[in-house]
Amino acid sequence: MEDLSLHILDIVENSIDAGARKIQIEICEDLRKDLLSIEIADDGKGMDEGTVKKALDPFFTTKTVRKVGLGLSLFREAARQANGDLEVQSKAGQGTKLRATFQYSHIDRKPLGDMAKTVITLIIGHPEIRFVYLHRKDGHKSRFDTDKLKTKGDLTAMNALEVVNLVRKNWPELR
Amino acid sequence: MPKLSIEDLEKISERVRRTTLLREGAGRAKVTVHMGTCGIAAGSRKIIDTLLRLVEEQDVKDVILTTSGCAGLCSREPMATVELLQEAPVKYVDLTEDKIRRIFLEHVLGGRPVQEYALAVGSERTQ
Repeated sequence: MEDLSLHILDIVENSIDAGARKIQIEICEDLRKDLLSIEIADDGKGMDEGTVKKALDPFFTTKTVRKVGLGLSLFREAARQANGDLEVQSKAGQGTKLRATFQYSHIDRKPLGDMAKTVITLIIGHPEIRFVYLHRKDGHKSRFDTDKLKTKGDLTAMNALEVVNLVRKNWPELR
Repeated sequence: MPKLSIEDLEKISERVRRTTLLREGAGRAKVTVHMGTCGIAAGSRKIIDTLLRLVEEQDVKDVILTTSGCAGLCSREPMATVELLQEAPVKYVDLTEDKIRRIFLEHVLGGRPVQEYALAVGSERTQ
């Protein structure tokens, strides 16, 4: 994958497959600590201890259409290449939380990429799900919550163009 | 047969609701872009981004864009399925931005499937 926003899209699609109704993506770019962290938390069905242990094995998957599960192991590899790592916390019935860390200045750290495109792709594909996106960088904080859009209408009944226009109107940081 | 959970039922209800929208005229067509790890790594986000630009350029209001997981044919990603009302779904493979543009203009808007990019006609419906 070219950049981290694509890994995030992939991991969030896993959360959706796990039945999540609310997914929070939190990115923190801390230049003082030379650290980039990405947290993804969902309220999906979660995993028991045994499944969590196997989740990072590329030859383990809970899916039935294929025999490999590369998403998490690729994300961990991207973190490890940049002096970081990936932690997975999960409880059956309660959801899953992932935290990936990266040395910000590491030459092999993948660029963050276009998070706006990732968030819009998620909303278009799954308008029924609540997405919360938080981004912190150098003391600036941006927060976008699709719950705010619900007061403007039913996202699941809108066409793609209406959804994108609504997101643009309500997410000033989006370029 | 495994027991259905509340989440499973909610997913089924959402799928049915979206299919009903297609039948009731809120959507004349549906384009599903496959977004498994394989699809994303192969460029499926660019495909949906191109579709969004086309929807905007052409001011199209009756096409549902959506995403689904891995379709099981990872080596042919990016893939998308086009469903027109009351017609068999067509699955397209090895997509690029140029190919999806042509598919959108000729199949989604024009009603003529682009056979040279299609893997199969009448494959599984991706509701």
